[in-house]
Amino acid sequence: MKGINITITVLIASAILSYLVAFIAGFGRLSNNIFIRKFTGFYVEVFRGTSLIVQLFWFYYALPGLFDIHLASDFWAAVIAIAMNYGAYMSEIVRGSILSVAKGQREAATALNMSRFQRMRLVILPQAVRMMLPEFGNYLIQMLKATSLVSLVGLTDILYHGDIFRSTHLSLAPTVYILILVFYFILALPLIWLTRWAEKQSSKGVASE
Amino acid sequence: MTWNWNYVVESLPAIFQGMWITLGLTIACYLFAMLFGFVWTFVRRIPWRPLQMVVAFIMEFIRSTPPLVQLFFLYYAWPMVPYVGLTLDPITVAIIGLGVHFSTYIAEIYRSGIESIDKGQWEAATALNLSLKDKWTKIILPQAIPPTIPMLGNYLIIMFKEVPLTSTIGVAGMLHMANNFGSKNFAYLEPLTLVALFFLVMSYPTAVLFRKLEQKMNRRFDKSNPTGKIDKGVVT
Amino acid sequence: MAKPIAVYNDVHKSFGDVEVLKGIDLEIAPAEKVALIGPSGSGKTTIIRMLMTLEQPTSGTIVVDGQYLWHMEKNGELVPANEKHLRQVRGDIGMVFQHFNLFPHMSILENCMVAPINVKGVPKKEARERSVEMLEKVGLGDKLDDYPSQLSGGQKQRVAMARALVMRPKIMLFDEVTSALDPELVGEVLEVIRDIAKEGEMAMVLVTHEMDFARDIADRVVFLDEGRIAEQGTPEQVLENSESERLNSFLSRFRS
Repeated sequence: MKGINITITVLIASAILSYLVAFIAGFGRLSNNIFIRKFTGFYVEVFRGTSLIVQLFWFYYALPGLFDIHLASDFWAAVIAIAMNYGAYMSEIVRGSILSVAKGQREAATALNMSRFQRMRLVILPQAVRMMLPEFGNYLIQMLKATSLVSLVGLTDILYHGDIFRSTHLSLAPTVYILILVFYFILALPLIWLTRWAEKQSSKGVASE
Repeated sequence: MTWNWNYVVESLPAIFQGMWITLGLTIACYLFAMLFGFVWTFVRRIPWRPLQMVVAFIMEFIRSTPPLVQLFFLYYAWPMVPYVGLTLDPITVAIIGLGVHFSTYIAEIYRSGIESIDKGQWEAATALNLSLKDKWTKIILPQAIPPTIPMLGNYLIIMFKEVPLTSTIGVAGMLHMANNFGSKNFAYLEPLTLVALFFLVMSYPTAVLFRKLEQKMNRRFDKSNPTGKIDKGVVT
Repeated sequence: MAKPIAVYNDVHKSFGDVEVLKGIDLEIAPAEKVALIGPSGSGKTTIIRMLMTLEQPTSGTIVVDGQYLWHMEKNGELVPANEKHLRQVRGDIGMVFQHFNLFPHMSILENCMVAPINVKGVPKKEARERSVEMLEKVGLGDKLDDYPSQLSGGQKQRVAMARALVMRPKIMLFDEVTSALDPELVGEVLEVIRDIAKEGEMAMVLVTHEMDFARDIADRVVFLDEGRIAEQGTPEQVLENSESERLNSFLSRFRS
């Protein structure tokens, strides 16, 4: 089947980029600087408040018109749209997990005279990340489903090839779409297991409030 | 090409018209998902292992595959399926497709609500010799439903943001109208930005509302956190 | 009295509209063992949390080993301390918490090693030796690789003490360290504190409800009432021969 590699490449690229965005925005919302806090808050609300498919079209059709920005290629337009969207959602997970590490942990780290940075790196983050993992896994499955949208902006992923095939072999349509669904499910299975495993791990080694 | 207010004015009526379709469809899909969610929930409670496993598998399958493909399947492939095949109009496809997809999430919410009820409540209801119907309607559901309302509300907003998917099978919602306008006039920037603004203006206040509601619920149901506020403080 | 290791000078503390401490003057000598007693809400815990820099005084000054804790001198004036200054002074102080606050994602040994290595730059090997030594001292030499969740409350609290001791503080603060423990586990923790106290060179401030224990190890007992120091003196003076009605009615609740 053609297009599998595009689907997987888009997924991996948007996953990495979105986790990066999530951490940057998550920390931004916890910053001492009010401008950084407001700015990241604005970004998060805008991207959570509008629809991914609208954002995708906007990045693809509208952005080049506005600033004469061409996001290098269709591939990057799609990846950036997905990453900005899911990064906004996951930044809330990052922020929430950091805040839910018990207050006593921060106090104990202070009593041991750790610096702000050391408290975050040695005590808060290792516990917060454990709490983030299951949600990150869930969002990874959501992202996998979202990659199907890239066929709408001309990326030749599995759905794109399926549609082409269907338009020339009309009677085979049920088989085509069922195969595509099964393909997505097979890709999702390891992610589902990973998420379940992370859920079991997440409560261990964490002091939360 | 830069921002052109003429395009804004010209595309506005069509997008506004599409907005009603988007809103109406959101409600229809959502109601369908709520109802179908009940079906999953009750079928899963039937104490027969093989059935439970099959249902769990089907739900997982629907949940972890893209709704876009599911819409295409219903729209393009269903008519070709032997015996049960049937041509459906785009609106019906949208309601069934998105409705069934999100019903699997909604069923999980129902389940979490029911499972959050303490075992003692069931036992107390039995000890008072209540009928099965009274157990559910007087004891379990009144406690199980309120805490799930904010979560259910969130899915209303999520549904609203998924409905533009249906423009791909020709439902004339906001996004569809904007794209039509764009391809006719080679001007995508203004109509697409308008659509994004419409989404933001409608979903943001609703989201804030449900967040408030959630805090209120936490206050009522979680005594360890009497103010119900999530610490918004700065990490030091 | 030798030059004090810590001095509170007219320290006030309010939480919102509630004034918890209404002017505390207190001097702690090097190696002195001070027990803070008093009804709940009297501000005992707040006093030591301010010394640990977990709460900032509303007004007044605290001096640790000759240096202002919450302030620093700039052009002859006192200005609020920055994080760098706090870290420099805070190094003299250690604390054991009521709820242990062990780091759940680290083994017991790692809990003890993390601060010396990262805060003081002690080489890993030496940090390990020092940590093992301390853990053996508190009777947990055989649990080095266990995680906090595998321990009883009493064991957790002993680890917390070892973790603080490894940093070699000049003052150790104990915040009701036995009140979250099951009654049968209190003894083992008090025993360890007694051992630490006997060694002598470190000053200790203990917030406690264990009156017999306070009498045993404290050089001085301070009774706090409604945000003020109401009585202080040797354990005999305060716990047995006081005239104060409030103090006696408070103490009567601990006699059986």
